[in-house]
Amino acid sequence: MHPAPSVILFSSLSGMGFGLLAWLGIGLPAVTGWVAFVFFALAYLLAVGGLIASTFHLGHPERALKAFSQWRSSWLSREAWASVAALLTMAAYGAGLVFYDTRLWPLGLLGAALSLLTVLTTAMIYTQMKTVPRWHSVMTPLNFLSLSIAGGALLAGQVTAAMVLLVLAGAVQIATWWRGDRALAASGSDIATATRLGEKGSVRAFEPPHTGSNYLLREFVYQIGRKHALKLRVIAITLMVLLPLLLLLSPVFHHLAAALAVLSHAAGVLTSRWLFFAQAEHVVGIYYGKR
Amino acid sequence: MTHSQPPLDLSPKVSDEVRKTTCYMCACRCGINVHMKKGKVAYIEGNRDHPVNQGVLCAKGSAGIMQHNSPARLRNPMKRVGPRGSGEFESISWKEALQIATDWLKPLRREAPEKLAFFTGRDQSQSFTSLWAQAFGTPNYAAHGGFCSVNMATAGIYTMGGAFWEFGQPDWDHTKLFMLFGVAEDHDSNPIKMGLGKLKKRGARVIGVNPIRTGYNAIADDWVGITPGTDGLFILSLIHCLMKAGRIDLDYLARYTDAPVLLNSDRKSPEYGLQLRNADGKALVVDRKTGKLTPFDQPGVRPDLAATYRTAGITHRPVFHQMAEQYLGEEYTPEAVADRCGIPAPRIRAIAAELARVAFDEAFELEHEWTDFRGEHHKTMTGRPVSFHAMRGISAHANGFQTCRALHVLQIILGTVEVPGGFRFKPPYPKPATAHPKPHCKATPDAPLDGPHLGFVQGPEDLALRADGSPARIDKAFTWENPMSAHGLMHMVISNAHAGDPYKIDTLFMYMANMSWNSSMNPGGVMEMLTDTDDNGDYVIPRIIYSDAYSSEMVAYADLILPDTTYLERHDCISLLDRPISEADAAADAIRWPVVEPNRDVRGFQSALCDLGAKLGLPGFVNEDGSQKYKDYADYITSHERRPGIGPLAGFRGKDGKDVGRGEPNPEQIDRYIENGGFFVNHIPEGANYYKPWNAAYQDWAVGMGIYDAPQPYLFSLYVEPLRRFQLAAEGHGKRQPPEHLRDRIKQTMSPLPIWYESDPEGAEGYNVHALTQRPMAMYHSWGSQNAWLRQLHGHNPLYLPTAIMRQKGLKDGDWARVTSPHGGITVPVMEMAALNPKTVWTWNAIGKRKGAWALDRDAPETTKGFLLNHLIHELLPPKGDGLRWSNSDPITGQAAWFDLKVHIEKTEAPAEAQPEIPAQRSPVPPAPRDIAWKVGK
Amino acid sequence: MTTLPQQTDRKLGLVIDLDTCVGCHACVISCKGWNTENYGAPLSDQDAYGADPSGTFLNRVHSYEVQPEAGAAQLVHFPKSCLHCDDAPCVTVCPTGASYKRVEDGIVLVNESDCIGCGLCAWACPYGAREMDQAAGVMKKCTLCVDRIYNENLPEEDRQPACVRTCPAGARHFGDLGDPESAVSQLVAERGGVDLMPEQGTKPVNKYLPPRPRDQLQGPEDSGEIDVLAPFLAPIDSGPKGFLGWLDRTLEKL
Repeated sequence: MHPAPSVILFSSLSGMGFGLLAWLGIGLPAVTGWVAFVFFALAYLLAVGGLIASTFHLGHPERALKAFSQWRSSWLSREAWASVAALLTMAAYGAGLVFYDTRLWPLGLLGAALSLLTVLTTAMIYTQMKTVPRWHSVMTPLNFLSLSIAGGALLAGQVTAAMVLLVLAGAVQIATWWRGDRALAASGSDIATATRLGEKGSVRAFEPPHTGSNYLLREFVYQIGRKHALKLRVIAITLMVLLPLLLLLSPVFHHLAAALAVLSHAAGVLTSRWLFFAQAEHVVGIYYGKR
Repeated sequence: MTHSQPPLDLSPKVSDEVRKTTCYMCACRCGINVHMKKGKVAYIEGNRDHPVNQGVLCAKGSAGIMQHNSPARLRNPMKRVGPRGSGEFESISWKEALQIATDWLKPLRREAPEKLAFFTGRDQSQSFTSLWAQAFGTPNYAAHGGFCSVNMATAGIYTMGGAFWEFGQPDWDHTKLFMLFGVAEDHDSNPIKMGLGKLKKRGARVIGVNPIRTGYNAIADDWVGITPGTDGLFILSLIHCLMKAGRIDLDYLARYTDAPVLLNSDRKSPEYGLQLRNADGKALVVDRKTGKLTPFDQPGVRPDLAATYRTAGITHRPVFHQMAEQYLGEEYTPEAVADRCGIPAPRIRAIAAELARVAFDEAFELEHEWTDFRGEHHKTMTGRPVSFHAMRGISAHANGFQTCRALHVLQIILGTVEVPGGFRFKPPYPKPATAHPKPHCKATPDAPLDGPHLGFVQGPEDLALRADGSPARIDKAFTWENPMSAHGLMHMVISNAHAGDPYKIDTLFMYMANMSWNSSMNPGGVMEMLTDTDDNGDYVIPRIIYSDAYSSEMVAYADLILPDTTYLERHDCISLLDRPISEADAAADAIRWPVVEPNRDVRGFQSALCDLGAKLGLPGFVNEDGSQKYKDYADYITSHERRPGIGPLAGFRGKDGKDVGRGEPNPEQIDRYIENGGFFVNHIPEGANYYKPWNAAYQDWAVGMGIYDAPQPYLFSLYVEPLRRFQLAAEGHGKRQPPEHLRDRIKQTMSPLPIWYESDPEGAEGYNVHALTQRPMAMYHSWGSQNAWLRQLHGHNPLYLPTAIMRQKGLKDGDWARVTSPHGGITVPVMEMAALNPKTVWTWNAIGKRKGAWALDRDAPETTKGFLLNHLIHELLPPKGDGLRWSNSDPITGQAAWFDLKVHIEKTEAPAEAQPEIPAQRSPVPPAPRDIAWKVGK
Repeated sequence: MTTLPQQTDRKLGLVIDLDTCVGCHACVISCKGWNTENYGAPLSDQDAYGADPSGTFLNRVHSYEVQPEAGAAQLVHFPKSCLHCDDAPCVTVCPTGASYKRVEDGIVLVNESDCIGCGLCAWACPYGAREMDQAAGVMKKCTLCVDRIYNENLPEEDRQPACVRTCPAGARHFGDLGDPESAVSQLVAERGGVDLMPEQGTKPVNKYLPPRPRDQLQGPEDSGEIDVLAPFLAPIDSGPKGFLGWLDRTLEKL
């Protein structure tokens, strides 16, 4: 799949943003006033910024509101609802903390749940794609959620929790990759089922339909950079989990280290998310003799 | 959950108006419905009523809208201002353009008309352009047949009075076994696809013989991946098997062919091998009933295939004896030919057996009564449901003429020509070679030529030679080098003109022929010849006039450009005098008419010739008072009479428009064609529509249509006597004698019965891989690249290599290879193909383009990755050490031997661009738009 | 809502005969022409005359090489457009309701005025049947020429998809695959028509007729079977003399 920067930015940033909101919703850290304002501003910047970024890949962003209509069937529509609900709920909750120094616990818990639900709906957009076997697994929501929660913990300054959750997210990430590498073969889709010519012999794609390029090849058959996948995975895990852990464990832990840990983690998540797309094989590639 | 859906207009308006004309996206000439919106072309689809395509339309046809709006369309007449080849032009008016042409041509006509060479490429108006050239008086006229398929046309006409391609078609409705040899899939393509579809629907068997399994061969039930150039050997082996088993149609051979005709069999006789004829010149046979010598067409005669006849001390044997002697020998057993053909012997036998089984065991009768030319009445028509088709694949070899002949002989011994289920002619065919004109070449200053340029020689006396024996024509057609070059040799014109051999010319006038690029062998050399200067700095070919609708590569080499229209902006006639659109069951012709007027200062080339002809005062193009005779081409189409009552169009003749075939010119004829959907059809009555060469009812119908002036039944020529006449000359008989160096070749190759010989006998050391081109079905020659839709299908072309060569050379898909021939080298991308003859590589034809042409960006893939095999092919064979340069063509017809190319292949580093890189020409048209979103009715 | 209808009255679709398709691209371009001028936004082309031409097409013809265990490799031309699936995943993922399946005939369409161009439907389609138009920013797909097949401005015989009308070889058939008695259903039954990627669970309406067996005309040494054709070539006699003897005997019988 084509790793569109807008979608990578969106899912990574909003994941961290909603993760932070979830932590704030359960009162960790239990901030109020200006401090709360800073935390909430950061969370909203990430979450809303991500959402705005996601509209860049739309052909008609001016019609984006129409996306709220199909919540019964569409995960993207559900994501729209969940994100708005989470942001509104958390706005009310945050306003209580910032302006009234009041913690509306039920609202916070609801907002936290909605925040994580938003991340889940985002993940489900990918998970539901049977056409992309690498995504079509429970590992995808686990991967998204674990990263969101760990990243949120890091942003929320929950050092101990963050360290545990980072390890957990790292483990989930590795498991996701391990499974993903076998997913296409395990999906049952191959050139024999795609063409139904398999009974006659071994099938090989010959001339493509057009010598010119097309949308499908650009969107679904992204092969550039895949050969660096292993290197990038090491980088992703290092930046996302190992380096933040080291920084958190360092005896001279202070705000700069924390900030570095956050940045490192964010860079790692972006790398992981790039791989999430770039390594994903859409079955339509089979028709083109490509993956 | 509920389902909801928006309202939808299911009956939107389709168009304001439908205008019906004829396609010109290739040479098929399908009928098209042009949907117009607001006076613009909105959509093109096939015309359901049209005899050629019956509603279907290929990719090219449907993409016509993009051709009509191509950014490569020329805008106005131009004269060259930069050096030749640079593409630097200045726009001029038509008045100035025609004056320049007149000033150049008028003195030539007055002094030496042969100094004009007029050659017209993919012209669909040859009966008109040849008339113009004849009126001018130059012997130097031809269209592109010589580098296309003259072997096929000539072999067919000499053998059976008609050929494949548009001269005939399989009986798609009855055939049960169809055998297809190498066909260019952009030619006659919709009819063949429709026919294949009919066969597939019935589950009839299709056998494809082609080194490459694409297109039609991909859907063939059986694919014979033959080694290029060996088709003739394979066919002769099939003939061997069938004769050996007696699985031949003796009755058919005896009645309708020259198999029983007697030949002089005395080796010492100066008439050895010639037919025994009576005083009227009629071929003689022995009547099996009386045992007497009898003219072949005498009523009641039963020609005897077996009896010999001795008179005046000379034994005469029937042709059939000679065939038995020639083809039953061991050299044609499947085992003897298998390795050379690349087909296992058992498979050759299996195919021969299947041909025999279907032809004879699945024979059937049609309840059509008919009377033959000998007056015998037949209650039924016997069907032999085996049919064949072939085109350039077997034709474009130096042994192509004899190979095509062999295929016709195979058809004939099976009795499958002009019978139900077999191969059928389309009017004006059948028409034997003897009914065609002979070539004419006598140029007289200030006078027309002595007759039509092209024709069918019957012997050495008909060659186009001057008194001193030198060639009369610039292309050396109808000379000892290629006596039966019935379509001329357009591919030799530039090199001969450059060499001044046989003489120098002044003006080269060409139409719609991309000779500086994909239509020439050795395009690099041709570009040099076109730009070469003499010691004075003058161009060796002094003047070049060129007409084209588009910014082709050839445009850059012209001194004067006459811009043609697109096919939707012009008048044309697809005439029975020329290459009509008839079907086996009907005579048909068609028109083009301007469904839109050009928005540029361009003129249909034929209309421009009417103007130019008048300015030059050519007879037939001016009235008695010297004024212009034809206002434009449309005027010519309606008012010209070739013979009294016979004009370019057969339909709606006469004052009231009711005459068919013969009739006075009708000034409203074109309007009547338009009302009729752009074409005219006249069906052949039942009972007249098979056995046409011998069917009295057909002959009478053809006379009524003006196709013949009198019935002319004839016998198929298994034995082509004119070939024997050339052999006799080479053996020393007769007054006109060939030059010494050609004697042996004429003796060897001009066999009156089909033979096979290695087309590349030298087999240049180290070059042992055959290299071919295939025509993509979605492109026509070089035209498709300017078409935004079609070029996305074929924007560049890899060289396809068989799996074994890929492995052997360590190549993988996308690698590049250096491909060399004795003549040159190219560096190109490669791809693997398994369904391919293991000794053959191939690529798509004419995808590579020169930078600056066709209004493409200079970095278009056609110019950076696309390539031509032409750079590897020379019009002359490599020197053989005899001091002579032999032409790379069939020694009988001069057909360009494109498919004799053999190459050497090596892996190489990927260059930045395909090699050779030809420097850009300047585009004479404005840059193309970047993006398009075409919607007329928005 | 972008849910699928419980069931459709008819199942209009195409049957594509892989035994007959010669790969000529007629359907591709005819489709491009009709759908550029008709339903919704025109099918645009980018860099149309340049280095990287790329445009929207609703139908493309692939080709595959099939190497059997024994014998020559085969080539199969393979046209592919929207299969108008019964369980169309492209419809249910659509967040705006722009994608829908018609209840009357099962045709899957995009209502372009509701399309936000998110591309999810194309992601959900295993067949590559949907292409985002780069100029219009909306998703384009085969409409089964819904603006032709019921169009009262067209003559009755032309009320079929442009690709079917134009196919020179007759390799494309249009009809109601929900009706077992229809010509297309009969054809599918007779020729063993199949679904593409059945494991994706999309239940495509369009069916593909597999190529018939190839290269059956082999000699006995190749096939290892009894040569059923041998009697058709039983020699009449050996040598030219024998041939002429046979000739004479046979001519007597004519």
